[in-house]
Amino acid sequence: MVVEAATVRFMQGSEAVAEGAMAAGLRFYAGYPITPSTEIAEILSRRLPRVGGVFIQMEDEIGSLAAVIGASIAGLKAATATSGPGFSLMQENLGFAVAAEIPCVLVNVQRAGPSTGQPTAPAQGDVMQARWGTHGDHPIVVLTASTVRECFDQTVRSFNLSERYRTPVILLLDEVVAHMRERTVIPAPEDIYVLERPQPAVPPEWYFPYEETDADVPPLASFGEGYRYHVTGLFHDRAGYPTLRQDEINPWFERLFRKIELNVDEIVQTQGEMLEDARTVIVAYGSTARAARQAMKEARAKGRRVGLLKLLTLWPFPEEQIERATRTARRFLVPEMNRGQVRLEVERVVKGRADVVGVHRYDGTVITPTQILQALEAH
Amino acid sequence: MTMQTLPPIHEYLRSHKKFPHVWCAGCGAGNVLGSIIRAVGHLGLDRDEVAMVSGIGCSGRMPVYADFNTLHTTHGRALAFATGIKLAKPNMQVLVVMGDGDALAIGGNHFIHAARRNVDLTAIVVNNGIYGLTGGQVSPTTPMGAYATTATYGQIERPFDIAKIADAAGASFVARGTVYHILELEKLIEQAIVKRGFSVVEVISQCHTAYGRLNMMPTAVEMLKWQRDNTISVAAVAAGKSAEGKITRGVLVDRELPEFTDVYFNQVVARAQELTGRAER
Ligand SMILES: Cc1ncc(C[n+]2csc(CCOP(=O)(O)OP(=O)(O)O)c2C)c(N)n1
Ligand code: SF4
Repeated sequence: MVVEAATVRFMQGSEAVAEGAMAAGLRFYAGYPITPSTEIAEILSRRLPRVGGVFIQMEDEIGSLAAVIGASIAGLKAATATSGPGFSLMQENLGFAVAAEIPCVLVNVQRAGPSTGQPTAPAQGDVMQARWGTHGDHPIVVLTASTVRECFDQTVRSFNLSERYRTPVILLLDEVVAHMRERTVIPAPEDIYVLERPQPAVPPEWYFPYEETDADVPPLASFGEGYRYHVTGLFHDRAGYPTLRQDEINPWFERLFRKIELNVDEIVQTQGEMLEDARTVIVAYGSTARAARQAMKEARAKGRRVGLLKLLTLWPFPEEQIERATRTARRFLVPEMNRGQVRLEVERVVKGRADVVGVHRYDGTVITPTQILQALEAH
Repeated sequence: MTMQTLPPIHEYLRSHKKFPHVWCAGCGAGNVLGSIIRAVGHLGLDRDEVAMVSGIGCSGRMPVYADFNTLHTTHGRALAFATGIKLAKPNMQVLVVMGDGDALAIGGNHFIHAARRNVDLTAIVVNNGIYGLTGGQVSPTTPMGAYATTATYGQIERPFDIAKIADAAGASFVARGTVYHILELEKLIEQAIVKRGFSVVEVISQCHTAYGRLNMMPTAVEMLKWQRDNTISVAAVAAGKSAEGKITRGVLVDRELPEFTDVYFNQVVARAQELTGRAER
């Protein structure tokens, strides 16, 4: 598909991810087949060669993310997609990309787990793994989507944020959103904001890939362009060389966090509906947000003061937005296909100022509007 | 392309990097780095066009000292990172340095698949028969009966033959050298770099600290002598000398096979672009 003007299509979430990636300038994809993410790879295996890009099926997910990081260091926008078991295998190299500050996008279409779980069934059990799955203290950016159009937009945004902040970005979807088909408007290319990777403005002799800059994000030169430098997962100095010196480690570590924390306004996105007077705020994300929206509408029709806060960014956690909702809310309802991973975060922010009630399901079936309505009535 | 005079090795080292290096005095890793650099120098390669990628281990610390585009990755994964670089920048010469555990234990899967794919990478496996960095545990190339910190009663598993694996997995070029035969090693690495396709150079190296001390060769010199006395060149074997009980050195495999990036860009991309016009939207 060659998109020239805004087009309306009946398309699947996975397709929208693939199209969003192409629109964002993806030129390298490495992956290993796994349900329910495989469609993304299959589509890109057709699309990428047409633009001279690279598609490669690797021997496993560890190698997939490794190849993605290698390609990104060599200057290509690069991504991979996977699901539960594969996401587990990617954790070590995900940490490498965080520490070495290499942009890349990792799509995880969540399926029911742990272990092999239910490969074709939806879940939202990887929220905490996305946050803390790789070892060591680290910042991370995780986006999500609940409509096919959002799959497209959030994929583009994942690339843009990863390039802007030199960080891996995880797009955390669920099986329902990835497999669902709906009428989708794909914007015209000129209406899509695409950020190209900032390049160093200094000659190679002056280039330090990890130096402190005003924006906390030093530009990343590509391998093979005259800037010969070192990349390592060891703690490193501004040149990228391993260091044991606290006076080099601490500033680097602080910058790593600061570049994300000081930019939560740009990174964190939510959508509020009917929040102005809401006594009950439903906090939802992914496909569950669709059921939550329906439940909210039905409750409103009965005159209940219910609002919806839909999360589009999961990490950094939308603390501000939850905080704002506490002004009116006496109660937060958090439906999710797990045992309460985002609920814990809401509790952390609410600090007892309102009730926080979870609506959970983890047996591979979706949460229905009825289940949410019942929880609304019950508490 | 070959330079008239050999460029001094320090031209390829990062002089501003805080030397001394991390290796024990007498370790083979430094010698291997020297050979790689001399091979690159001989070939007159543009440093900007060379990437050196490593995994984790004592051998993995090599790239930081070399003035190329250098990447120190995760344990066992160097070849997969290198595959990404090569496919993104097919004109770069990508050298991959790994330890024996790095390449054949944790990284064994990437090793055989890189060979099968035949991506144009030069893989240099520093085979010291032990896990050096972590202090002397058995590796997949530790000889049977040898001692290690995790084989207190002697290694009971059979070792891998790295060159045979590379051959069976489909590499274009496979060679074996030792640190003792250092001039020969440099030539083998040079040939491996020039060869289009996946090339493997297994280097028998010495780790007297972690291996030698547990196996009655507590100095680097003793271990180097062992390399001298227990290996024989393929040329000598061809001339009729007996290889009985010895490890062969030299070029073991050299064959013409389709190389991955060539096939990908000349066939897959070309075919996809040709079809774009008439294929489904
Ligand atoms: C995933 C992972 N497992 C284990 C380690 C610990 N580790 C570091 S180096 C190494 C083995 C080193 O041996 P080898 O690869 O033969 O290289 P050498 O040090 O001998 O050069 C191990 C097990 C690690 N860094 N990462
Ligand atoms: S422990 Fe062995 S491999 Fe490591 S630096 Fe020392 S001699 Fe070399």
